[in-house]
Amino acid sequence: MTMPDPAPTTLDRADSRLHHDDSLTGAVHAFVARMRTGDLGILPVAIGLVVITVVFTALNPVFVAPANLVNLLFDCATVGFIALGVVCVLMLGEIDLAIGSMSGLASAIVGVLWIQAGLPIGIAIIAAIAVGAVMGLVYALLLVHLGMPSFVSTLAGLLALLGMQLYILGSTGSINLPYASGFVHFGQLMVMPAWVAYILALVPGVAMLVTKLRVARRRRAAGLAAGSLTLLIIRVAITTVALVAAVWYLNLGRGVPWIFGLFVAAVVALDYALKRTKWGRSMFAIGGNREAARRAGINIRRITITAFMLCSSLAAVGGVLGAARLASASRQAGTGDVNLNAIAAAVIGGTSLFGGRGSAWSALLGILVIQAISNGLTLLNLSSSLRYMITGAVLAIAVIVDSLARASRQTHGRG
Amino acid sequence: MAEATGGRPQAGEVLLRLTGISKNFGAVQALTDIELEVRAGEVVALVGDNGAGKSTLIKILAGVHPQSAGRIEFMGREVTIDNPAAALSMGIATVFQDLALCENLDVVANLFLGHEMNPWQLDEVAMEVRAWTLLQELAARIPSVREPVASLSGGQRQTVAIARSLLLDPKIIMLDEPTAALGVAQTAEVLNLIERVRDRGLGVIVISHNMEDVRAVADRIVVLRLGRNNGEFTAEASNEDLVAAITGATENAVSRRSARHAARHPASEASA
Ligand SMILES: Nc1ncnc2c1ncn2[C@@H]1O[C@H](COP(=O)(O)OP(=O)(O)OP(=O)(O)O)[C@@H](O)[C@H]1O
Ligand SMILES: [Mg+2]
Repeated sequence: MTMPDPAPTTLDRADSRLHHDDSLTGAVHAFVARMRTGDLGILPVAIGLVVITVVFTALNPVFVAPANLVNLLFDCATVGFIALGVVCVLMLGEIDLAIGSMSGLASAIVGVLWIQAGLPIGIAIIAAIAVGAVMGLVYALLLVHLGMPSFVSTLAGLLALLGMQLYILGSTGSINLPYASGFVHFGQLMVMPAWVAYILALVPGVAMLVTKLRVARRRRAAGLAAGSLTLLIIRVAITTVALVAAVWYLNLGRGVPWIFGLFVAAVVALDYALKRTKWGRSMFAIGGNREAARRAGINIRRITITAFMLCSSLAAVGGVLGAARLASASRQAGTGDVNLNAIAAAVIGGTSLFGGRGSAWSALLGILVIQAISNGLTLLNLSSSLRYMITGAVLAIAVIVDSLARASRQTHGRG
Repeated sequence: MAEATGGRPQAGEVLLRLTGISKNFGAVQALTDIELEVRAGEVVALVGDNGAGKSTLIKILAGVHPQSAGRIEFMGREVTIDNPAAALSMGIATVFQDLALCENLDVVANLFLGHEMNPWQLDEVAMEVRAWTLLQELAARIPSVREPVASLSGGQRQTVAIARSLLLDPKIIMLDEPTAALGVAQTAEVLNLIERVRDRGLGVIVISHNMEDVRAVADRIVVLRLGRNNGEFTAEASNEDLVAAITGATENAVSRRSARHAARHPASEASA
């Protein structure tokens, strides 16, 4: 060996070719380098949100008013839940086109069982979600046993579920839910008390600090490099300040909706499952290289089944929340642009259509973009025809960014 | 000078015995009536020309394809290996010719794929430490185990695939052209490694087109030709015999080439 290694400090930094710079400028350089190779992360959507906010505020200042933003968050949760499910199937490189119909059917089930049959609301909700789980199971079984492509089976599901929704709603076509019920309150009115919202705003920063410090201690004990403390503190500080500021601003209006809190909690849970569990690792592996995942001994069928069941169940949850939000279960629920908005949200947020790349947070970021556009256009009194066209264009842009980023990652050897 | 179907160099327990293994892909008869035996503490080299069926045989044992006919006995019991998980849990580890890595995942994730530590809260620190230890054993030159595998060189990927096969403490390791993309030092390390795992009592099946490497480590050399057994040799077998078994003729491209070479440089060919 001709080139002696520098005194190896830690196990993972022994190689002389590896750049590591723990300073702030080092972190910035690493970030820029990642972007250039097509590892875009949340940057496009962050830029998109800023642009949207600036444009709509310039056209109508009401857009950034606290009251409007609170409404926007109320609207995010329903399609947001559906988008969260879409992330699961996209991760495998599959698709579920029946999510809109599924959410519509779920809202109809809640209406029929709760109002018409007089069952407790809890039972009605569980039944709706169970139907979602069963539908997901059906698509998955058709895929893994018969090799039926998911876009075909779910396209069939789209029609069948829509038919079922119309069938169980019967000739009236619409069931009104009582405004005075806690269920509708949850969808329309319930906001967190200010102190709860502030405490919840502090939780991410504290959690980040505690877990990262614990990991750093374990890494040092194991002889691995532990990353910079300054950088961690800066990140924690930025997160906390941003969240507290957001809560303060929303509290100028009605406050932070519980329904949005529920959605964020689901995002956090799915994020944990995808990043920190064996199940999530298998999802990424199957989306990245199905055959390699199979040869590593991963049970592809089981993972595929869980992904589709999760997707349809989350679509059902979205439908249930939609019923609460609108205080009705109608023929229109889940139709129109719901399907596309949910898929677009996941893709805009950075989950790849090609599988193996994405995150639960993309559902949150993507739905914020979609709802912001829809809300902004409504404030401008634009008709839904224009809204559809603009949302379609945004989806096209997101897919183009995804494709270009993928090509760039491939030429830069980053999968 | 050794002859076909030569003796058994090592007296160990028979780990794996294949009888009458056949495999067809539609109209293509990839393997016909293959016999193979692997003992504990033995390195068996599988050689043969391109398309001879070596990888297909390995894949049957790894559970990638089921065999069309024939018996597989593992540790004295007849077994069916119908999926890769079954092969892995029996203790059959494989380095595939195409490596079978997930390019979107980093090195640690690939090493532990399907066998992560602590399934409900992945233990990244412990996995990373184990990854570095394994890779150092292989003298791997990998700058970072937290980069996606897509960014590694061919040889680095091969090292990752080899390291992965060692992770689960297998009874048999099958390596399909493990040194094809490796540098000088890394090839030597892999050959050393093969000897080390043999000395630990594992059975090793290694496929290689490099006769020098094959002779260096193999206890027995099994030749496949057009999907059939075509002789078994010891490491001392002469080059002509091996080449003849591989190509199926004493008069072949390799012998003609070396004859031409000998005519031009009479001295250098005296001992081959
Ligand atoms: N999945 C498959 N489908 C159809 N035919 C296949 C398949 N896999 C292998 N074959 C055929 O089986 C034969 C043996 O292929 P195999 O990959 O086992 O060869 P090999 O000995 O490993 O060759 P090499 O030295 O080039 O790697 C070839 O004729 C090949 O075309
Ligand atoms: Mg081969």
